[in-house]
Amino acid sequence: MTEVASLSDAIAEIVHDGDAVAIEGFTHLIPFAAGHEILRQERRDLELIRMTPDILYDQMIGMGAARKLVFSYGGNPGVGSLHRFRDAVEHEWPHAIELEEHSHAGMANRYAAGAARMPFAVMRGYVGTDLAPRTQVKPITCPFTGEELVAVPALRPDVAIVHAQEADREGNVQLWGIPGVQKEAVLAADRALVTVERIVDELKPRPGGVVIPSWVIDAVAEAPGGSQPSYSLDITTRDNDFYRRWDKLSRDRDEFQAWMREHVLEPTKDVASR
Amino acid sequence: MTATNEQATSGEVQTVVAARRLEHAKSVFIGVGRPSTAAILARMVHNPHLVLVYESGTIGAKPFHIPLSIGDGELAETADAVVSVPEMFNYWIGPGRVEVAFLGAAQVDRLGNLNSTVIGDYEHPKTRLPGAGGAPEIAACCQEVVVIAPHSPRTFVERLDFRTTVGFGDGPGDRERLGFRGRGPTAVVTDLGVLEPDPDTRELTLTQIHNGIEADQVREATGWDLRVAGDLQHTPPPTDEELSALRELLAR
Repeated sequence: MTEVASLSDAIAEIVHDGDAVAIEGFTHLIPFAAGHEILRQERRDLELIRMTPDILYDQMIGMGAARKLVFSYGGNPGVGSLHRFRDAVEHEWPHAIELEEHSHAGMANRYAAGAARMPFAVMRGYVGTDLAPRTQVKPITCPFTGEELVAVPALRPDVAIVHAQEADREGNVQLWGIPGVQKEAVLAADRALVTVERIVDELKPRPGGVVIPSWVIDAVAEAPGGSQPSYSLDITTRDNDFYRRWDKLSRDRDEFQAWMREHVLEPTKDVASR
Repeated sequence: MTATNEQATSGEVQTVVAARRLEHAKSVFIGVGRPSTAAILARMVHNPHLVLVYESGTIGAKPFHIPLSIGDGELAETADAVVSVPEMFNYWIGPGRVEVAFLGAAQVDRLGNLNSTVIGDYEHPKTRLPGAGGAPEIAACCQEVVVIAPHSPRTFVERLDFRTTVGFGDGPGDRERLGFRGRGPTAVVTDLGVLEPDPDTRELTLTQIHNGIEADQVREATGWDLRVAGDLQHTPPPTDEELSALRELLAR
């Protein structure tokens, strides 16, 4: 049975310095509370993996937690740039960061191959672009038709962290709404942590619900509001104003650090409020 | 032309013209910003059955408000189907099931190739842009691509700093050689006019200018020696219906 743990105990047990950590959630259900706990516990040298780094990885990169970023779209959705990500790439602040970038299709297929425990995935893509020589993709010929395709290597993170609406007391998890690539990330990783809005006695089937059974999850932690400023459908709403405000308050290094100290690092503050 | 039309901004005209491209389309793949606004407008005034597909996995979304992100709750709540990211790319985009794709970019070259990765050198970029997202496979696989971009010499460049997404590659025959299924860019809609690929050379050519714009003005805003079609068309100005629907949508 999966352990239902406190978030701080779960992070302490599951995330180690130097790990390759995939924190997923495609715009919806982004595990902010878990990411912030990683920062409070001062994990370092992480290989951060995520299709859309979003504000959470902007914060983690800006706080110096990342050695490498594996991603496919590093923007503030609908707003513009991620300024801490840009500052790390353009000016090596707070330190240099290694990039490995893909297309969305490439990342999604890499996760799916990882979940299937296959060494690679086959797809059409990347060809003709300047991305191809700069990332992990190789040509492959279909043994049946002779068609030229490409292969991308399986993604096998040390740790996957996702957020869901509900878990039962056994640690079975259900999420609904935009499912992103969370199930694939959990199944691709060696260890998995799921944070949830609430623990319930019984999971009720939901239209489009994705159920992840407890026996593929290492820890479940309750984190109400834990996906804010992203959202958990039917429970919280996306704080679009915060995404706009982040554009301003993340531009300046000092302002960014002061904000992180006040809202994330100080243990007396309620993290779920942001 | 009515008084309302005379007040249409160049941005409004761009959105209206993009929406018109969807009059007969069955489905459109869109990101946020002007492409999304144009597609919602198309559903309002031209094509109520148009299927909006967002990268977040929402197929047949019917947003009332313009979403800030491709994952806003309203998109999932109103969609016909909500699918995972691997399913979106492998079952829907890859096989070419989506007819039109609206794409933006920081740089566009004369063969409709796009850069959304870096300005400057890749290893030491002057500006690090967000990156590829879904664009390379979307542009390869959707049946046609409409690029929506602001017209300036910074955007319309002789040479891309990075080729994130292939339009017509190095010229005629390249898409076929690369095995792409879609036809590639059919139009680039800007705030000044519309560029379309020459049928033989695939070079983007000015085929349409918006009201009050001169061809020379567009040439000056283009970083390569832009060719102008012999039968250059003038954009029919936004109708009252288009403009009032757009303004109502933006005010929601």
